[in-house]
Amino acid sequence: MGEKILLKGNELMAEAAVQAGCRFYAGYPITPQNEVPEYMSWRLPQAGGVFVQAESEIAAINMLFGASAAGARCMTSSSSPGISLKQEGISYIAGAELPCVIANVQRGGPGLGNIRASQGDYFQSVKGGGHGDYRLIVLAPSTLPELYELTMAAFDYADFYRNPAMILSDGILGQLAEPVELLPYKPKFKLPKKDYALDGCRGRKPRVVKTLVLDPADGLVWHNDRLQKKYAKIRREVCLYEEYATDDARIVVCAYGITGRIAKGAVKMARARGIPAGLIRPISLWPFPADVFMRAARKAERFLVVEMSEGQFIEDVQLACQCAVPVSFLGRGGGWYPTQEIILEKIESVLNRGGQVKGKQ
Amino acid sequence: MKFVRPETLYDVKTHYCPGCGHGIAHRILAEVIDELGIRERTIGTAPVGCAVLMYDYFNCDMIECAHGRSPAVATGLKRILPDRVVFTYQGDGDLAAIGTAETIHAANRGENITVIFINNAIYGMTGGQMAPTTLTGQYSTTSPAGRGKNQEGAPLKVCELLSSLEGVCFLERVAISTPKDVIKARKAIKKAFVNQLENKGFSLVEVLSMCPTDWKLTPEKAARFVNEEMKKAFPLGVFKDK
Repeated sequence: MGEKILLKGNELMAEAAVQAGCRFYAGYPITPQNEVPEYMSWRLPQAGGVFVQAESEIAAINMLFGASAAGARCMTSSSSPGISLKQEGISYIAGAELPCVIANVQRGGPGLGNIRASQGDYFQSVKGGGHGDYRLIVLAPSTLPELYELTMAAFDYADFYRNPAMILSDGILGQLAEPVELLPYKPKFKLPKKDYALDGCRGRKPRVVKTLVLDPADGLVWHNDRLQKKYAKIRREVCLYEEYATDDARIVVCAYGITGRIAKGAVKMARARGIPAGLIRPISLWPFPADVFMRAARKAERFLVVEMSEGQFIEDVQLACQCAVPVSFLGRGGGWYPTQEIILEKIESVLNRGGQVKGKQ
Repeated sequence: MKFVRPETLYDVKTHYCPGCGHGIAHRILAEVIDELGIRERTIGTAPVGCAVLMYDYFNCDMIECAHGRSPAVATGLKRILPDRVVFTYQGDGDLAAIGTAETIHAANRGENITVIFINNAIYGMTGGQMAPTTLTGQYSTTSPAGRGKNQEGAPLKVCELLSSLEGVCFLERVAISTPKDVIKARKAIKKAFVNQLENKGFSLVEVLSMCPTDWKLTPEKAARFVNEEMKKAFPLGVFKDK
């Protein structure tokens, strides 16, 4: 075991990016993610990289468009309202098939909302978010060691598939400090050459990075077909989840990110009381690990989805298990978060009463 | 002297209307890139607007940006590749309306890039709507009574606006409506590139240009409109030269 250091989640995420070779960061202040640009402002120049405080979220994501086109590993971060602003640029980057990493340290919404942790950006993250048919690779850590590992992995996924990747964090993970061993970065894949990069056409034909496709012979239809083939390949190859004590579980709690961590504690408490509960915690939210939900749905009596929103993630769980099991719900938006006790109480009431479709605490 | 096509321009037909200024501006830009011998280390940004397809005409690396975002994209490119030459080519809607923030802040940071700003006082590609630089009293499809009758404000003067910013190295407004103007425009654009090669910071050349189609004028009358109307509203000259 190496030495462990104590960092806030936001700082740790920034350090993981630097370790993974991120050499360009552009961002704009917004709570609760300010530690990311603050850390990057001194750390990146130290590592020979570039930090730019952008005039807006829109400018920041477009700076990434340029830096990524120039061949650099690059990152931006924000919190929910700021991520909404970035959606234009994210759509362009996805359309142009450029790699980059975007971190969303989610807060309460809608609108300006508040600065408490939330999971209200699930739809925006996994269903596209901006205009057009595209997908992001979305990774949701539940602990700081996992945040460290997934941030480094996000750069590899982005480069390997030439697609933007998102770290879906939240205000709790961002502000929480835990001891973490800073394991050295090792690429997950043999990474492809960046044969799209713009660096001047010396010794080769000029390259163009663009998203406009006006070809009258259905060029944009063809481009979309090709994107969908890439997404299908990512669906086949990326599937990350944690499954805990589901073998003999009567009730399986489904939760991701920080909620998944709290839910695991609740499942352990339930087990201690003799209640056969289990947990499925998806780590890749897109691609969604649908098979593990379907397998569990065939065995369990009931699912309980817990999320810090009014019910977004639950739709993918219901789709994945295709009505093979009744799905109960515990969740609220606006900065609410569940404790282990609240989840345990819900587990007990759902098993005793058959549960409600949408129960609130 | 033989009239030859610059190496930086492909030998292809453009989609521009007869009398449009983009052809002249493209040619000047390409000639300057040739003359400075920088084609193989230049990366250009294409705007949203009539010049969006310029990546099909320029024989160098190109990136097509979202509307108004070119200065931010150029910032990312240039910061990663400080020894390459980065230019943006933007229209009035792109640079002075939807991209105002990106323009002002790239200028204020003193990004070492070259901005070619084509001001033709109209939204060309979308069919002649009012631009931030549409003249007072000028007709457009969204100022049918003439600009200024319906609280549209006055034309935005970009060179004047940017001249107060410390980060800006060079600002000049030129025209391309007479042969003499074209020669001056070429000199200004060359200077804007030389500044970048000498790491002097943000250089912008505003080019008053013609849009006969959306002005509903013949090419000849359009050039006259630049000379008689636009030059009055947008005085030519050097606004900053550090």
